[in-house]
Amino acid sequence: MTVNLSKGQGISLQKADGGTLTAVRMGLGWQSAPRRGLFGSRTKEIDLDASAVLFADGQPVDVVFFRHLVSDDGSVRHTGDNLVGGAGKGGDDEAILVDLQRVPVHIDQIVFTVNSFTGQTFAEVQNAFCRLVDETTGQELARYTLDGGGPYTAQIMAKVHRAGAGWQMTAIGTPSNGRTFQDLMPAILPSL
Amino acid sequence: MTAELVRGQNHPLAETRLEIRVSAADAIVAGATLGDADGRVAGARSVAHPASHRLPGLEVSRQAAAEHRLAVDLGALAESVHHVNVLLALPDGAGGPARFGAMAAPFVAVTGLDGTEVASYTVTGLDSESAVVALELYRRQGGWKVRAVGQGYAGGLAAMLRDQGLEDAMGMAAAINEAVTQGVARSIAPPQAPAASGSAPSAARSGRVSYRHPGRQASVPVAAAEPAAGAPAPAVASSEPDRPAPPVAGDATGWTLDERLYNQVWGMFEDLARSAAAYRSAVDFAESRLERELDQVLSDPLTRVGPAADAARDRARAKRTDLVEQARAVLDRDLAQLAAESEVVEHALPPAFARWDSPVWQGYQLPLETPLALRLGDLHLPERTDLRIPMLVRLPLERGLWIDSGRPSGPEAGLVDAAELRGRAMETAVAHAARLLAVHPVGDFTVQVIDPAGAAGAALAPLLASGALREPPAPGAQGVSAVLDRLTRRVDLVQMAVRGGAADSLPPDLDTAEQLLLVNDFPHGFDDRGVTQLRYLADEGPSVGVHLMMVADRADARAYGPVLDPLWRALLRITPVADDHLADPWVGHSWTYEPSVVPQGSDVLRQVLWQVGQARRAYGL
Repeated sequence: MTVNLSKGQGISLQKADGGTLTAVRMGLGWQSAPRRGLFGSRTKEIDLDASAVLFADGQPVDVVFFRHLVSDDGSVRHTGDNLVGGAGKGGDDEAILVDLQRVPVHIDQIVFTVNSFTGQTFAEVQNAFCRLVDETTGQELARYTLDGGGPYTAQIMAKVHRAGAGWQMTAIGTPSNGRTFQDLMPAILPSL
Repeated sequence: MTAELVRGQNHPLAETRLEIRVSAADAIVAGATLGDADGRVAGARSVAHPASHRLPGLEVSRQAAAEHRLAVDLGALAESVHHVNVLLALPDGAGGPARFGAMAAPFVAVTGLDGTEVASYTVTGLDSESAVVALELYRRQGGWKVRAVGQGYAGGLAAMLRDQGLEDAMGMAAAINEAVTQGVARSIAPPQAPAASGSAPSAARSGRVSYRHPGRQASVPVAAAEPAAGAPAPAVASSEPDRPAPPVAGDATGWTLDERLYNQVWGMFEDLARSAAAYRSAVDFAESRLERELDQVLSDPLTRVGPAADAARDRARAKRTDLVEQARAVLDRDLAQLAAESEVVEHALPPAFARWDSPVWQGYQLPLETPLALRLGDLHLPERTDLRIPMLVRLPLERGLWIDSGRPSGPEAGLVDAAELRGRAMETAVAHAARLLAVHPVGDFTVQVIDPAGAAGAALAPLLASGALREPPAPGAQGVSAVLDRLTRRVDLVQMAVRGGAADSLPPDLDTAEQLLLVNDFPHGFDDRGVTQLRYLADEGPSVGVHLMMVADRADARAYGPVLDPLWRALLRITPVADDHLADPWVGHSWTYEPSVVPQGSDVLRQVLWQVGQARRAYGL
């Protein structure tokens, strides 16, 4: 069962049987720009980047993005930069894996963001989505469609935060502008 | 030798008593049908399935599982049986995937009773099918053959059985599903067992060392001794619903056991580095938060003094203590797991990876091929000093080694005087050289020594006594230049031969074995020409099999100034005593390195070198 999240909606990452999730994946997929015309290779490729910022008590402690693929503690891993997106097949083009059991105890929030590194706004990107998958079973827990495609180049997707003994995910969906996650920091802070 | 079959390919079977191993990513049903000469299945009594798991000459498992072993005795089958179809199906309503396309391709292998694979087949290309005929064993000219079939059925078991001519296919499929559902209810009972290995007997653990993959079923009965029993139990075990599976040696990817062990050791190294990083960052954060909160209390005149301030301070300190304790608990859990793994892995390591006090060195035999890597020593972190990670470097060495006989900066600084340090450095170097000699096939590795002052005399004794080193190093500057000239010429010639693609026109007197040049007391006895040659060897040597091992104190070569800096940088610096100068590649902790030295009073080095020397003499080297 998949939940289509709308802005601000939260879901608990407790499993139906009461157990907590141990590993989740944030997947980002988008459709590459269609080739057209004679010099098709000159079509502007779209490079979206997924990043995860780890917060402790409201302060950024570590970040996982295409230049730092594994958090120092090893709990959050980026599968690698994809510069052009997929062919719109619905698969993840970039993914960030979070081993929730190994997240250091002081980290209480992990914020996932998407940036357009090449500068196109979401109005020009097709079929972009962010989803959260239970890594142990491959089941999709939540999906957030990146539409509304306004003139923005970044979006703060969702956050995973501690709630009691387990974790909870909240969709944020705040649009913003910026090339990498650094540009988004002022926009992220209010949503913590 | 295993034949890896592709779809449609067949392979003769020499033996009649066989096992068919099935492994899949999720629980599946495995069965078999017996067909006549036309391939038709006569009736329900010709189908082996979970509800009726035994037929003459055929036995399948009674429940759905990710791993199956089907026993087949082709000699015991009825004369009328001409085909045995091995079929796989996904159980209905068990919560697993509903089609084979949603899981990794199942793998089937035909093995002899001793476990040797005769033929194997990965059933690829499946999509919406929920049942598949994986293999077919069939009579051909008085013998039996196996064919990779891979015929899938989107209609499931019923469609498959109907296709094989079974009258009541629907009823049979329903009976199989019924039996499987009962089997699932039986096997899921222990909640802590991971789903994929739910059927693996958990009691099957080998004596001390288990090479078994946790998901595999054991084929031989083994003594039940828990390898992790000696390790301390995780501190937070009681609060954890699922204890991690007991570690096994070789639980990593690789083509050979050595490669798997190598990768596992590196995996442990990374995990330890990262777990320590998580702990340290949590503690740092707790401290900085405490500081901030105390500052806050202090900066506000209203709360600076009085009981409210004290309470606020206590609260802040309690928060710090809480967080640090939590972090420590998580770290202890990780360390316990790694310690248990290290315990298992350490015993499984081959000589090249093992400590000198490991029993494998007692049963040492001359190797036939160069190993993947070499153990230079142990690494550990202050968080847990008894958890040692083997420091393995790939062979052939990519960089030379520099055993620093200068002042150490580590915990043992000041405990040993300079002369003793030099002696230990040379002993360490000889131990490394002996290990290199021992793990290379006879004649593939030669050690040369430069020791112009004869300072290393006693340390070199084991190498000389065994004949691994033919003659004591020539004294004086002549000795230095003779060895350097010889090796420079070798590097030069081999490089030319490699570049010109004329490897067979090397002069016959050239020693093609890998060369290790052990330099003691650098720069004593070296003139400028010698230093230049040494730098040439350090730069160009490793790619053509000439490796440098320097035993030196950098302070002795001070007179050369920065000219020698590139040389030192090109070498991997290790120390003769414990020293915390090595950094890991992931987070850059400083690790305490301890060289692998022969334990006091142990004769293992001499014995191993004696064997090497005997073999060298036998080969006329």
